[in-house]
Amino acid sequence: MAWFKREKSSQEQRPKPKAGDRKVRTEGLWLKCEDCREIIWKKDLEANLNVCPKCGFHFRLDAVSRLKLLFDGEYEEFDRDLVSADPLEFVDSKPYKERLAKSREAARVNDAVISASGTLQGRKVNICSMAMQFIGGSMGCVVGEKITRAVERSLAAKIPLVIVSASGGARMQEGAVSLMQMAKVSAALMRLDEARIPYISVLTDPTTGGTTASFAMLGDLNIAEPNALIGFAGPRVIEQTIRQKLPEGFQRSEFLLKHGMLDAVVQRKDLKNSIAQALLFFCGPANPPA
Amino acid sequence: MANEQTPSAGGQLTPEQLAQKDPSWQRVLLARHPKRPYSLDYIERLFTDFREVHGDRSFADDPAIVCGMAFFDGQPVMVVGEQKGRDTKQRFHRNFGMPKPEGYRKAIRVMKMAAKFGRPVVTFMDTPGAYPGIDAEERGQAEAIAHNLREMARLTIPVVAVVIGEGGSGGALALGVGNHVYMMENAIYSVISPESCAAIIWRDSGKAELAAKALRITAADLHRLGLIDAIVPEPPGGAQEDWDEASRLLGETLRRALGELSRLPPGELVRQRYEKFRRMGNFFI
Ligand SMILES: [Zn+2]
Repeated sequence: MAWFKREKSSQEQRPKPKAGDRKVRTEGLWLKCEDCREIIWKKDLEANLNVCPKCGFHFRLDAVSRLKLLFDGEYEEFDRDLVSADPLEFVDSKPYKERLAKSREAARVNDAVISASGTLQGRKVNICSMAMQFIGGSMGCVVGEKITRAVERSLAAKIPLVIVSASGGARMQEGAVSLMQMAKVSAALMRLDEARIPYISVLTDPTTGGTTASFAMLGDLNIAEPNALIGFAGPRVIEQTIRQKLPEGFQRSEFLLKHGMLDAVVQRKDLKNSIAQALLFFCGPANPPA
Repeated sequence: MANEQTPSAGGQLTPEQLAQKDPSWQRVLLARHPKRPYSLDYIERLFTDFREVHGDRSFADDPAIVCGMAFFDGQPVMVVGEQKGRDTKQRFHRNFGMPKPEGYRKAIRVMKMAAKFGRPVVTFMDTPGAYPGIDAEERGQAEAIAHNLREMARLTIPVVAVVIGEGGSGGALALGVGNHVYMMENAIYSVISPESCAAIIWRDSGKAELAAKALRITAADLHRLGLIDAIVPEPPGGAQEDWDEASRLLGETLRRALGELSRLPPGELVRQRYEKFRRMGNFFI
C-alpha cells in the first residue's frame, strides 16, 4: 500500500521524539498523512479504520480489514483455493506463474478477491472484498469466477450481495480471458437483478478499467468512499490522448457524484450502517437468528 | 484497458515486408489496415434497405457507432456496428472508431427496440477501444459499457456478434455479448492494445510486436481459449483485397447463425447466451 512507501521517504522530516518518549523506539510507528501532511501515529490511524484522525483522509484498507469492518464477527470464506492455471502462458519480465506464486506469498491471499459470507447487523450477506495488493487488484479468471459464484450463492439463498472494489481493472496477463470475465460477472448480475435480490457496489480507491466497466457500476446502489479514484481509462492514458492537464478532482468520488454516477459518497465509519440501512429499505427487517 | 488511438499504417507494408513479421503482429497490421472494410462497407453489401437510427435519447448521436434497421435475406434485422473513418475528415468525424458513452447507450437502446419487436441483432466490433477522454469519463464511460454487458445478457432475441477488425477491449465487448460470437480471420480481440501492454511491461511501446504475441489476440488464439465460436475466413491476403468476397464469406456465417438461432424460443436464447459466457475462463489449477 502506498502509505508504507511514503512513510520511509518522509523519515527525515519526522519531529524529534519528546523527552518522555526517548526510550521508546519510534521507527515505523509514525507516518505522515498524504493529505494534511500532519504526523500521525500508526496505531491511531489503525484504530481509526485507516482514516487520518486529523483531516479525515481515507487511506486504503486491505481486503481482510474490510471484511472485519463490515461483518458482525466470524465469517465463512469461499473458493479460497481457486488458483489461475495461466491460460496464456504469459511471460513478461518474469513468468506469470511465478508472479502469481510470489503475490500469493506477499499478499497472503490466493488471488485479488476474498469471497465471504456472514452477517451484517444481523442480516446474512455475501461480501466480495478485493485485494489491491494482489497484482493491483486485477480481475482474471479467478476473480471473475469467485464473484460469479458469490452471485450464484446469493441467488440460491436469496441473500444480498456486497462487492467492495479496489482494482486496476482486467488482468493483462490473462488477456481476453480476463476481458470475458466482465461479461460473465455482468450476466450473472442480470440474473440477480431479475430475482430482485439487492446488490450494493462499494467503490474504493482505486476502481478503474474493466472493474468499473462491469460489476462496480452495476449496483442497485453504487456507493464510494471519499476521494477514491474511479474511472474507466486511467488518468495518464487520458492525459496522453487529449494532451492537456486534467482538472482538479477529476475521476474522484466527488466528481462522479456530481456527474450522476454514484448514489452516495460515504465515510468509512458510516459504511456499515449505510449498507444496513439500504438493505433494511430493500428487504425489510433482518430475520433474527433462530 | 484503453488503447492507442493512432491508426497504424499497416497498409503501407508490401506483402513481402508483412510476411517478415511475427504472425500475431501480421494480424494486428491487417486488422488495422486502412483499406480494410468497415461496418458500413459490410452493411452495404450484406443488407438491403438499411435505415440508420440515431441518438441515445439523452445526450447526443455518436458517429463512432452506427445503428439501423435492415433486411438480411428479406428478414428484418437490427444492425449495430462500430465505424471508423476512411479519410482524415471522416476519421475525426468517427473519432477513429472510439465510441463515447452516448454511442453505447444508443446501441443498447436499439437492441432493446429490436427485442421488443422480436427482431434479431447483428453487431460488428471494430474499435481501438472506448474513447479515453474527459467528456467520456464525465458522462460515465464505465457505466455505459457495464450497462450494455448486463442488458445484452437479458435480450430475448438472437444476437450474433462479429469482430470484423479491432476488438479493442471493453470498448468492443460492450457490443459483444452474443449467442454466437465470431472473429474474422485477421481480426484481433484483446484486453489491452499491444502498444499499451508493451509500455507497461517493457516501458517501450515499440515492443508492441512482442506484446501482440504474448497477449494471444488472434482469432485462432481466442478460439483455442474457448472465447469465440468460429473464425470467419477472409479472401487471400486479407479482407482489404476483396470487400465483396469478404462480405460474401461473412454473409454465409450470418445466414447459418441466424438460421440456427431463429429456432430457439426467447427463454432458451437468454439461457444459451448466459451459459456460453458462464463457461469462459475455467482455467484453474
Ligand atoms: Zn490527514
